[in-house]
Parts: sequence; structure tokens; C-alpha cells
Amino acid sequence: MSVVLPLVLWIALAAGLCFSRRSVVFWPLLALALLLLFNQLFTPGFFHVEIRGGHLYGTLIDILNQGAKVMLLALGMTLVIATGGVDLSVGAIMAIAGAVLAQRFVGAGWSPGLAIVAALALSVVAGAWNGLLVAVLRIQPIVATLILMVAGRGIAQLITDGQIITFENPTLVYLGNGFLLGLPFTLTLVLVMLALTAVLTRRTALGLFVEAVGDNETASHFTGLPARQVKFLAYVFAGFCAGLAGLVAASNIKCADSNHAGLYLELDAILAVVIGGTALTGGRFYLAGSMIGALLIQTLTQTLYMRNVSADIAPVPKAIVILAVCLLQSPKLRERLARLGGGRKRRAGA
Amino acid sequence: MHSIPRRLLSLVTSALALAATSALFAQTPKKLVVGFSQIGAESGWRTANTDSIKAEAAKRGIDLKFADAQQKQENQIKALRSFIAQGVDVIAFSPVVETGWEPVLREIKAAGIPVVLSDRAVKVSDPSLFVTIIGSDFVEEGRRAGEWLARKTGGKAVIAELVGTPGSAPAIDRKKGFEEALAKNPGMKIVKSQSGNFTRAEGKQVMEAFLKAPDAKDITALFAHNDDMALGAIQAIEEAGLKPGKDIVIVSIDGVKGAFEAMVAGKLNCTVECNPQIGPQLFDLIEKVAAGQKVPARVAVKEGVFDETQAAAELPHRTY
Repeated sequence: MSVVLPLVLWIALAAGLCFSRRSVVFWPLLALALLLLFNQLFTPGFFHVEIRGGHLYGTLIDILNQGAKVMLLALGMTLVIATGGVDLSVGAIMAIAGAVLAQRFVGAGWSPGLAIVAALALSVVAGAWNGLLVAVLRIQPIVATLILMVAGRGIAQLITDGQIITFENPTLVYLGNGFLLGLPFTLTLVLVMLALTAVLTRRTALGLFVEAVGDNETASHFTGLPARQVKFLAYVFAGFCAGLAGLVAASNIKCADSNHAGLYLELDAILAVVIGGTALTGGRFYLAGSMIGALLIQTLTQTLYMRNVSADIAPVPKAIVILAVCLLQSPKLRERLARLGGGRKRRAGA
Repeated sequence: MHSIPRRLLSLVTSALALAATSALFAQTPKKLVVGFSQIGAESGWRTANTDSIKAEAAKRGIDLKFADAQQKQENQIKALRSFIAQGVDVIAFSPVVETGWEPVLREIKAAGIPVVLSDRAVKVSDPSLFVTIIGSDFVEEGRRAGEWLARKTGGKAVIAELVGTPGSAPAIDRKKGFEEALAKNPGMKIVKSQSGNFTRAEGKQVMEAFLKAPDAKDITALFAHNDDMALGAIQAIEEAGLKPGKDIVIVSIDGVKGAFEAMVAGKLNCTVECNPQIGPQLFDLIEKVAAGQKVPARVAVKEGVFDETQAAAELPHRTY
């Protein structure tokens, strides 16, 4: 197991790199591959995967499971950013979703299914609120979503009465801890959501609508696109994704911790989207890139844990890797480097 | 044009009324106004701390201006400044981090308001910036955790440590106290140490990472700087197919209800109490400070150590 899985992973990475040679996704994928290579060589135990308790067990599996939250957030965030906006409130929406889940189940005695539906419904309402402010009232996205980012955590606190509410229900615990076919259930959740989003945006005209609105809202409005509706829906979708992430986060620790659930995760989500190649100015978006970005961030976190890097200085190596990825992605810098290299060659030839 | 004299008349009457009321109430002592800036509501411990402070203020008829900083120093500084503007009699607060308080404390001193620190200390160059600190001795808590672990394991342990929020007083002092206890026991050493930020989610995530290391099999004990991280770590240990409390001896600090429940279930071995119910002691101190009486520079809160043998008996008494 310990040999087969890394081998499969490396083959998949190599294939991915070859396949995406000319795509934006190539650079984040390369960064992920380099980080994994570093760990393969220098971090003992990083690639160790075994079967324990009937499922796969190892750091790579942790990355998939713990990275699921940011992957889910990044899905919604990609579409919002593609419309030229940003959603700062997703972390707070996570806290609200977790709070509703725990409070409805423990406090109100609802069934797990009903509690999940209630949590997701409120997340959608939260997303719709953002959409209303941005698309209908035309408030700057950063300001509009900042409102819920600040207030949302307060709402979550109100729901839970400022307490950490714990639950032990097997269905609820399964969401964030369960295994399906030996792999974390959260992976299935992410893949299903990714497939749904990809089909909706790439097999219908919706994706084009989103990109058109992000590129030039006025122009797309005059060509007859429902620009406002598209923007509105992007925020609703981001709210739904944040709700799912909130359920996973609460389930993972079997409690709703309104103060900490999703704290600063909106920043990770934005980072994942940007690493993935989607520009903050809107327009073209790359779902796969965002997923790779999210995995890169989680791999980095796990690397620091495994290498026992002290928490006081952990942000520094993190920042360095992120900076390196951003530099790798910059076409300007690559052009200059290429010119430098080319110039030397020419001189050598002359 | 007759409106001006009428307005004047109303002004005079209201001034008279004001004078009359103030004369009427001059006999009753002025209500003590206290501004308290709380860190947030990050844990059950903190909520119990808040409840105890609010309940005691209500009981004593003290006008308490309570501000929740939601884990942010900037919010606390804002709250402290607003207390100055409101002209409270005494300011009390639990600092979220140790450093960076000098400027705002100077402003408070310039306004002539005494400061009482609650539960956590600050690092300032001028000790006259605050009058006294009431709270738990975090170094002592860490030391007690270390000493208990030494007794439990016979002085032999390979320890993983879950550190609190980097830079916070409890994280720094609990680590210090724990290491002091270890220094007397050469057979005990910390092999892993990472921050779990005092939260369950990160406590779990970091423990998951610890357990994946090649030398994870050697870990025989876990020291968590608070109960929440230990409760998260317990889940990670169970998911790794190990028995928390047996395969890995766990000691943590705080003594929240969840920790006692875990001890009764045999998953946690010991919690060093960090008593949040400081309301009565805090307001005794504040009233003395307001009256200008001398107070000790440091007041300790009464606290105990509870292990699994006492947990079942103690659990019903836990309110937080």
C-alpha cells in the first residue's frame, strides 16, 4: 500500500502535468508536485499510507479530508470571483451552518436530515443576502460581504447561545469523519460538487455567462445576458458551498464551535482560487485550478505539522511558498526569465 | 416670536428639575461604574468566566459596561478607549495577547482610571500602568500538569504537546511550568510540540499529523494546554485505532465539563483546574481599588487538580 499509492499519485501528477502543459493549471500543479516531491524526499512518513480500521490511513488521506472545507469554499468562490466579485463572508456562513446544525439537532431535537436541510437552507439565505446587496443594490462586493463576515459570527453565537454544542449522532459524525470505499466521505462530497459545478458551467452556457459578466458587465447586459441574475446566483451558490463546508467542519470535530469554525478560511479560499489561475478581476475561471490551489494550501499546512515547524514561525515558510507560486504564475516574470536565458544563449552562440 | 421666552422657560424648569433630582439623590452613594473588556466567547471556560463576572456585578448593583472583543486585540483597545470616553471608575480586562498594551494603558493612566487585569498578564515596561492582576497562575498550572504526569508515568514518558495560541500568556506560561516539572524528571521528554490554537478543530488536526509521523508509536503521553484541544486530539487518537487515556496518557488544563465527561468515559486522565468563576474575588478587588485601598499586586484564584478517580464525583458540580 505504501508503495502503490504514492506510485499512482506520481503517475497521475505526471500525466496531469503533461496534459495541462499549455494551460493555466500547469503552474499550480507544478507547485503541488514540487511540494510533494520535497516531502517524498525529506519528510519521513509523509507518504506512508496503510489500511487501518477498514479504510486508508495516512497523511495524504488527511490532506484530502481536511482540505475538503477549503475545496468546497473555493468552488463557490471561483464563480463569485469570476463575476468580478469576492465573498468574504463564507467563513462566517460556515459558522452559521454548523451552529444551526447543532442547535436544531441537539437543542430542538430535529432529525439529522432535517437539521442538515435547515443548515443548508440558512446558508442559501445568507448567500442570497450577499447577492441582493451586490447584484440588486449594487454595493461593492468587498463591502457587501464584509457585513455578513462580521455579523455572521455573531449570528452563529446567538444561535448557539455562545456555547460549544457537541453531538454524537452517527449520521452527523459521518459527514466529516466517515469513509466511503476506503476514502474520506468528504472527498466524495467534493467530487460530486465539483462534477455538478463543472457540468452546470461547462456543459451549459452558464459558465460563459459568468465569464462574460466578469469581463464586462455592461456589455453583457446590452447583449441580452441576465447579468444581475447571474451575479446573484453566484453568491447564492457560494453560500450553499460555504454551508456544506460548515457542516463538514462541525461534523469533523463533532461540535459547533461558532467562534472558530471557518475563521479566516475565506482568505484560504480566495488564495486557492487565485493560485488556481482565476484572476481577481473576473472573467475566465478554472475550477480544477482552484481545487489544486486548495490542495496545495492543505499540503503546505500538513507539511509544517509533520516537520514540526514551530507555530510561531509557521506563517513564514507558508508565505514563501505562496509567493513562489504566484511568481511562477506571473507571465511577465516568466517572459523576463525566458528572455534572460535566451539572451545568454544568443550571446554564447555569437 | 413668542417661542424664545417659552423655550427659555422650559430650559429653566428643566435645570431646576435636574438640580432638585441631584439634590434628592446626593445622599445615596454613586453607583460604581466598571468597564470590562472580555476576550470573547471562545470556549466553555470563557463563557463561565463571563457569566460569573456579569452575575456578580448584578448582585452588587455595579454598573458593568461589558465589551466582547471576539479574540481581537484591536477590538479590546477600542473598547478600552471607549471606557475612557465614558469615564468609568475602574477598568478591568482579560488581555487577548501579552504585548502591545503600553500606549492604551498610558492613555488610561493619563485619564486617572485604575486598571485591574483579569486572568491573563501583560508585558509592559512600567508596572504602574495597572494596579493588580487577579487570575490563575499559568506557570503553576503547567507545573502541576507536569508533576501529575510524572507521578502517573513513574517519570518515564514520551510526550506530545499541543500548545495554545502562540504569543498568549497561558500558552507561554503553561509550557514553561510544564517544562520546569520535566526538568526534574530526565526520563520524560517532549518529542512533538505544535500549536492547536486552543481549539478543538486544530487540536484534532495537529494530533492527526503527530500520529502519522514514523516515531508516533513511541508517544506515550499527551499534554494539551487546554481541554478543548485535548478533546479534539482524543478524536484523532480514536480514529487512529488507539485508546485515548490508555495507550496515550492525556493531561490537560482548564477543567471544563466536557473534560470531566471524557474522564468519566476513561478517555482523559487528568485536568488541572483553571477556575473561571472569579466574579466575587474580582469585584472584591475592584471595590477596594475604587475606594483607594491598598491591594496585593497579584491575587491567585483557588484551583484544584482532578484526575479520573475523582471525575465522577466532581462532574455534577461542574456548571461550565
